[in-house]
Amino acid sequence: MTKNLRVKSSEYIDETNRISFKFNGKTYHGFKGDTLASALLANDVHLVGRSFKYHRPRGIMTSGSEEPNAIVQINPGTNRTEPNVRATEVEIYEGLDASSQNCWPSVEFDIGGINNFLSPFFPAGFYYKTFMWPASFWEKYEFFIRHSAGLGKSPTSSDPDIYDHRNVHCDVLVVGAGISGIQAAKISAKNNFKTLLVDEKNELGGSTIYENNEFNKINNKTPSEWLKKEIEELKGIKNLEIKTRTSVAAYHQYNYLLARENLTDHLDAKDKTNKIRQRLLKIRAKKVILATGALERPLIFNNNDRPGIMLSSAVKKYSEFYGVACGSKNLFFTNNDSAYESALSLYNKGINVEAIIDIREQSESKIVKKVKEAGIKIYWSHTIVDTAGYKRLNSVSIMKLSNDGTSVTGSKISIWCDCLGVAGGWTPAVHLYTQSGNKLKFDEEKKVFLPNQNTSEQISVGSCGGDFKIDEIIKNLNHKLKDTLNIKETDLDNIKVEIDQENSKRNIWLLPSDKPLGKTKPFVDYQNDATAKDIKLALREGFRSIEHVKRYTTTGMGTDQGKLGNMHALGIIADTAGVKMGELGTTTFRPPYTPLTFGTIVGRNVGKFFDIFRRTPMNDWHVENKAQFENVGQWKRAWYYPFNGETMHQAVQRESKAARESAGILDASTLGKIDIQGSDASEFLNRVYTNAWSKLAIGKCRYGLMLNEDGMVYDDGVTTRLGENHYIMTTTTGGAANVLGKLEDYLQTEWPELDVYLTSVTDHYATASLCGPNSKKILKKIIPDLDLSDENFPHMSFKEANIGNIQCRIMRISFTGEHSYEINVQASYGKDLWEKCMEAGQEFNITPYGTETMHLLRAEKGFIIVGQDTDGTMTPIDLQMDWIVSKKKYDFIGKRSLYRSDTMREDRKQLVGLLTDDPNIVLEEGAQIVSELNQNPVEMLGHVTSSYFSPNLNKSIALAVVRGGKDMMGKKLFVPMENKNINVTVANPVFYDEKNERLNA
Amino acid sequence: MFLINCPYCGERDQQEFKAGGEAHIERPKQPTELSDDEWAEYLFMRKNIKGVQFERWNHAHGCRKWFNMVRDTSNDEIKAIYKMGEKPPSQ
Ligand SMILES: [Zn+2]
Repeated sequence: MTKNLRVKSSEYIDETNRISFKFNGKTYHGFKGDTLASALLANDVHLVGRSFKYHRPRGIMTSGSEEPNAIVQINPGTNRTEPNVRATEVEIYEGLDASSQNCWPSVEFDIGGINNFLSPFFPAGFYYKTFMWPASFWEKYEFFIRHSAGLGKSPTSSDPDIYDHRNVHCDVLVVGAGISGIQAAKISAKNNFKTLLVDEKNELGGSTIYENNEFNKINNKTPSEWLKKEIEELKGIKNLEIKTRTSVAAYHQYNYLLARENLTDHLDAKDKTNKIRQRLLKIRAKKVILATGALERPLIFNNNDRPGIMLSSAVKKYSEFYGVACGSKNLFFTNNDSAYESALSLYNKGINVEAIIDIREQSESKIVKKVKEAGIKIYWSHTIVDTAGYKRLNSVSIMKLSNDGTSVTGSKISIWCDCLGVAGGWTPAVHLYTQSGNKLKFDEEKKVFLPNQNTSEQISVGSCGGDFKIDEIIKNLNHKLKDTLNIKETDLDNIKVEIDQENSKRNIWLLPSDKPLGKTKPFVDYQNDATAKDIKLALREGFRSIEHVKRYTTTGMGTDQGKLGNMHALGIIADTAGVKMGELGTTTFRPPYTPLTFGTIVGRNVGKFFDIFRRTPMNDWHVENKAQFENVGQWKRAWYYPFNGETMHQAVQRESKAARESAGILDASTLGKIDIQGSDASEFLNRVYTNAWSKLAIGKCRYGLMLNEDGMVYDDGVTTRLGENHYIMTTTTGGAANVLGKLEDYLQTEWPELDVYLTSVTDHYATASLCGPNSKKILKKIIPDLDLSDENFPHMSFKEANIGNIQCRIMRISFTGEHSYEINVQASYGKDLWEKCMEAGQEFNITPYGTETMHLLRAEKGFIIVGQDTDGTMTPIDLQMDWIVSKKKYDFIGKRSLYRSDTMREDRKQLVGLLTDDPNIVLEEGAQIVSELNQNPVEMLGHVTSSYFSPNLNKSIALAVVRGGKDMMGKKLFVPMENKNINVTVANPVFYDEKNERLNA
Repeated sequence: MFLINCPYCGERDQQEFKAGGEAHIERPKQPTELSDDEWAEYLFMRKNIKGVQFERWNHAHGCRKWFNMVRDTSNDEIKAIYKMGEKPPSQ
């Protein structure tokens, strides 16, 4: 039977709303308002997981997002399952099913627990040192490691939930709704600043909301009473928006913050559907007020990780906020007064407090006196040297601390207990502050890192700014708000604050034990099982940089980013290295503050919205005619059109033959089209293309090659002169946007004196490319009154014509080597044009072909595709395209680079044709080419860039880049493959119709 | 994510812009007169300063205009923005 540790009714727990949930297969009950952690503790369940490396039993340590141990898998085996969730953050709901991670077969009996007994063999860097050698064994090691150290399981089916993104703009963003955040938001909104207040918890008030130290008073009320009334007043304030369950994940420059708003995670399973689960808020704030509070630190002592050992503040929160006692024999271990508040809080509820162990010599504050009066035993100047209890703490041993705090003296005292609240001081939550790019400074007196500056755009207030006492908080908050909001008066001017002063402090980063360090386990990073011993070992092995020590020991590398133990790690490093804290710097906190789901990150950009895609006006026709598509840039292009169960190879062979024997038609709408106008348009083309453009007559087309300034081929395409000062340039499908960008760059920055205007018209025109010996007859049928004779309409020329009322721009140009026409119409007529061509071509067996056939046909002609046969290292000379490089022009982009000593080398890789000795073997694109088979290592001469079986030549053809290939015509080379060597011969890359007779056929 | 004040459009999110490298490197007027080393200096050599740097930026998903920016690369503070052809502000 499980114990019920619910001790009193809490206003935050709805005891009329009983909720059942499952943990590790067993059903428990809690109430609405409980977190999974509080509900488990109420059922006396402390053991919730196993540690990562040693598989030690671990319990709930905290009550918030900093939790390192209580990491669970939510709803295992369902499509809503989620790993690595902090039990301290999960609000329970009817139907919740959670289970421990990182243990197999179960949390009670974990096979990996044997690592704990082997731990002398698992020092820092163990994985690096051991599993690296021999390299070939890594797969086996990995299997072992993965199997025994699961980090939760990702879902195997798709996420049923909806996620959303929203842009938010505000004057003032306040992060954290504790006492400082609430005051900041209230004052900001009252002064007409559009204010957004966010907090990761479901309730406002932070820790002050259950702050009931009777010696602290605000306006004669306890801080919690006072704050509750302040929260009540927030409701009526204009300009103020409040978002709870909203965690700021990232704080980027220019006050750009990302926050995750949780909308349905707390709802009953049946109420979650068809709602937005999480929303990513992209916030631009004019001013940011960080009021993120402080995190309590544990103390670092031997075996400080057993289930039942918790933060003192968490013990208090569970009792005050959730009405749950974390143990029946409670003990506290502290270096400051806050444990006394926790002890008193328990005592006042009738929960047994055995004793307080305090490393200080004494403290004279009122609260300490009160604890003494209550008869609670205090052990001054004592430290815990060991703890016992495997799955649950059952006792601690304490000894007297030496004056210098480095050793223990006297005899050992054992104290029975089942819960130990540890209070090691408070660490300001400066994570977001540092993410924003600002630096920290170390405060010697407070022993914490604090924000180095407040600016007009950003301030840190309350304990995240280093103010821990209510009087300091109110005073400094007030003047920071006045400064940053530029206001004269605030509600805080006349507040009366009384506080209990704490004077005595003692900070020891690593507490001694009676055993040598090597025989102890003082954990610094609970999640990654890094101990003080590991950190010292790293320093002994020569690591000095904080970042290196962190990576070597994995301290702070877990999903909690070491929120609890980072300060101790830095302290131990400083002490060991004999330097001051802060001298070695601090670790860098990176976004996200707490992990984000992938769903939140991608929002609506899933499925067909994952990436935008572009479709041509003829797309519906391609779909209806069973085209297979390929992605080219963002375009969906028809790839091939299989008939009657044809394979891709069969379809492409048929399409290629038909295009050369009669007629083929290609949707070329995706080619980039740039409209160029202006009195300097010809001069501009002269400067951007390698060949000369001044003499191109109106109505003529010319192929152009564009280089980068480094002389390498960048793009190509045909440009047509439409008028005296008017051209239309085509670019490759994938290069269109980049070409336009590059041309604009030159126009705006290098040649602003040129009168040229560029407009992208890619989407404005649809293009059907009609090719083959019967293309002329088909076009004649569509446009009977256009004179298609070679005299009137020769190759490389342009005509305007009408098909009915549709205006067309027709270019007689060819990428296949066949007689062909590219017909451009306004995009909305694209499908109509296509259907007219198909109808007119029916008697000639017009065959639609896709990009694959286009590639094959151009390869037969040795035409390059920029980006396939070139890769940014090929000059026109390398491509054997010397003919297109003007010798007369004084300058063009990339010209000078063609005469650099490197680009003029004879042994550069050059484009050649390759023929396989066996005409039926088709080479693999990307295959390497060598001239020797018996050399080791063998010299790679180059690789195959394009390769096809040509149905028109009835043999395999390939294009390749080969070192010094230009002079290798007829030379025998080899293409070594996995299980055979293919004999090839270097050939002319123009395989088909070398004399270009078919263009006019 | 910076907020960039395009001189033609006003403040816009960084994702609308494209960085274009170091500013004020003029393309040589007579490239053919240059030695390989001189040409290489123009072509390849760029500063990569930790601190104040003069850069070119393009409002690629906006007005498509190029402009200059003075940015402190150590903290991404934008010190100044000015149009192409305008004189850089003195430091
Ligand atoms: Zn703009």
